[in-house]
Amino acid sequence: MQTIRILYFARLRESLGLSGEEMPFDQTLSVQALMALLADRGGQWQQEFDGCRPLRAAVNQTLVANGSMIHAGDEVAFFPPVTGG
Amino acid sequence: MQVRVQHEDFDVGAEIARMRLARKDTGAVACFVGQVRDLNDGDQVALMTLEHYPGMTEKALERIVDQAKQRWDIFDALVIHRVGELKPADQIVLVIVTGAHRGDAFAACECIMDYLKTEAPFWKKEQTARGDRWVEAKISDDQARDRWLRA
Repeated sequence: MQTIRILYFARLRESLGLSGEEMPFDQTLSVQALMALLADRGGQWQQEFDGCRPLRAAVNQTLVANGSMIHAGDEVAFFPPVTGG
Repeated sequence: MQVRVQHEDFDVGAEIARMRLARKDTGAVACFVGQVRDLNDGDQVALMTLEHYPGMTEKALERIVDQAKQRWDIFDALVIHRVGELKPADQIVLVIVTGAHRGDAFAACECIMDYLKTEAPFWKKEQTARGDRWVEAKISDDQARDRWLRA
């Protein structure tokens, strides 16, 4: 079965209580559509992925806009706006 | 290596000397050092933990350095960023840029920092007397980066 790997960082990782997961994935979806799927899990997932809180996404370790497409085998990451330096 | 993400501290003097002496036609070395402040948003900070996204962090920093090299007339650039637990007055980040003249070296150094602050996947968590908290991103950092798009 084809999958994607999803990673969660920083405040988001703590809020969800999860640093990453493998998700069965045999389609092509936009980042926004994946966020809607995650929000449908309810509870903290809905709070974090309903679009109200600022969230950044990366696909295969490159920052992307929410309209970018995700394919099977991709590494997707969600995280709050970065605060290094 | 132009980009290093590490737990250990770094030696600013040694890094500058190495880059300064790499080419005899170097006339300018611009340098930025960021360090942990003991006060943020009115609270004493006892400890700061820096989390990052291994793999993406290095790629993002390399891309930022490559873009600076294309944009300015500079010889070389180095970025070192620490992760893990840091205390007030600990060094966090080092950027060194060498070139023939100061103008492009200064500009490239500042531009690298502005992109690092907004696009490299690091996150700071502070330990204060009022508890632990994640540092919020600042709009002023986005604005600092965006002025390079107009320049």
